[in-house]
Amino acid sequence: MQAAQSNKETKYLSEFYHLPEFKSLEGYLKNGGYKPLEKALKMQPQAIIDEVKASGLRGRGGAGFSTGMKWGFLPKNNEPRYLLCNADEGEPGTFKDRMMMEKAPHQLIEGMIISSFAISSKKSYIYVRGEYDESIDALEKAIQEAYKAGYLGKNILGSGFDHDMDVYRGAGAYICGEETGMISSLEGLKGQPKLKPPFPAVQGYLKKPTIVNNVETLAVVKYVIRDGAAHYRKFGTEKSTGTKLFSLSGNIVKPGNFEVPLAYHLKDMIYDLGGGFKAGRSLKAVIPGGSSAPVLNAEESLRATLDYENLAQMGSMLGSGAIIVIDDSNCMVQCLANLMHFYHHESCGQCTPCREGTGWLDKIVHSILAGKGRMQDIELLLKVADNMKGKTICALSDAAALPVLSFVPKFRDEFEYFVREGKSKVKGTAFKGAPHAEMHH
Amino acid sequence: MFQLSNDGKQKVLNELKRYESKQSAVLPALYIGQKENNGHITAEVITELSKVMEIPEAQINEVFTFYTMYNKNKVGKYHVQVCRTLSCMLNGAEELTAHLCKELNVKLNEVTSDGRFTVSEVECLGSCGTAPMMQIGNKYHENLTPESAMNLLRGMK
Repeated sequence: MQAAQSNKETKYLSEFYHLPEFKSLEGYLKNGGYKPLEKALKMQPQAIIDEVKASGLRGRGGAGFSTGMKWGFLPKNNEPRYLLCNADEGEPGTFKDRMMMEKAPHQLIEGMIISSFAISSKKSYIYVRGEYDESIDALEKAIQEAYKAGYLGKNILGSGFDHDMDVYRGAGAYICGEETGMISSLEGLKGQPKLKPPFPAVQGYLKKPTIVNNVETLAVVKYVIRDGAAHYRKFGTEKSTGTKLFSLSGNIVKPGNFEVPLAYHLKDMIYDLGGGFKAGRSLKAVIPGGSSAPVLNAEESLRATLDYENLAQMGSMLGSGAIIVIDDSNCMVQCLANLMHFYHHESCGQCTPCREGTGWLDKIVHSILAGKGRMQDIELLLKVADNMKGKTICALSDAAALPVLSFVPKFRDEFEYFVREGKSKVKGTAFKGAPHAEMHH
Repeated sequence: MFQLSNDGKQKVLNELKRYESKQSAVLPALYIGQKENNGHITAEVITELSKVMEIPEAQINEVFTFYTMYNKNKVGKYHVQVCRTLSCMLNGAEELTAHLCKELNVKLNEVTSDGRFTVSEVECLGSCGTAPMMQIGNKYHENLTPESAMNLLRGMK
């Protein structure tokens, strides 16, 4: 066994990611692969669910819901059920699932087979965003290898358990990362989310019970079975157990994916693992959990820890673990405008508050960015955002509102300056090329 | 009149059998149609898929228009998609896009006069740690500068 590359990370899931051979079945088996599956197939399915529950594992895709509890919502009958792996990684700032699929496809597949055995699912799908060609390629090859070796198909390792797995390619829509949107898309429809209840665990793909879990979540299941819940709980805190892969990007010297125990200090993530800032630049703000997470200012960032409860307490969230770092050379009005364009583009159009709200936020902030804003536009942004919260089928509307409700109050002086002076406080200019600049009031 | 090749038709029929429901084959079938129609989808492609799949045109069309990876207009032989979302913006995506458009003498989403390139802006491609970046066809090109990106395009056959 080779030593982990960095002594500052805790390479639990990512222990072997530096080995190119880990991608192939042969290399995976050489490093302990599919041993946990052998162990799991000798357990009672309920015992696996109990172990996952006891581990405290929470969904790594963004919502942070207890994985064991989610599985517990399945009806207690013999109806066919599906496991659906959410690999539609699209939350701006997030690129950990791509690395996991490309470097360790068997890790995900093994986690999925164990999970499927636990919930008695005979069929699973991995829904991968369409742009991730390399991930799809890696998974398809690995699935073939797993079939040949008897880890998939009929009577897996002589256990009597049958399971089939396939990959489904998305086609470019952020909303398909929302679990019911994903189910619609897998059904060959527009990726529009569905009203809950019924929850997917009761009525999902083709109206059958369906469990939707993120790539990282399903990979963790393998380790919970291998080492036990008690071992897993040694990492992190009481409510945020385990390690997590964080995607660090933005204005940072060494961007990348880093695995650390939950409750790791954001400050250490930025200055130690991330190497801090370019010469002459300094910390201005951090979006700690993907673009939908409320922004933290510099002072908040320096005292934040990366766990569910601390970030919630600070009014933000851990989300997908995507940390976007913004340095002092950037204009916060421009950053917000970039994100509003994103949400406007990605709103599925189903619910009025989101369809109209994202459009208005996009237009208003771009009008400020073009130097054509009015002072009352700042209040208008807040009012529109406030009216978008909690009023729609899915969380995209809230996800678009939250950046506004944090950027504007925390960096209000930059918004006011832009309106008053017609140019950015930081960059000294307006942005003429900005879309929507011709909005009429 | 657009028609699928025999190979394309067979691929669509295979997709119809691949999933638990026939409708699930619509997304993969649209990719097949797009590939056979030089990278974009027209009403004729939808009609052909509808015939082959025995699924109403409207049900295919609404899927086609919903997703961004199905091209609504002609694109160049190389579809250069530059990520524009926050982490890429913070690392110079706007300058990168502007440089490519200027050097190729095109506006966004236009096809160059020789039919070789289309430059588009797209939302987060999940490559934020290697920003700025672009996707050409299926391939990611990461850690770019305006100059290195343009050199890459110049090297395309």
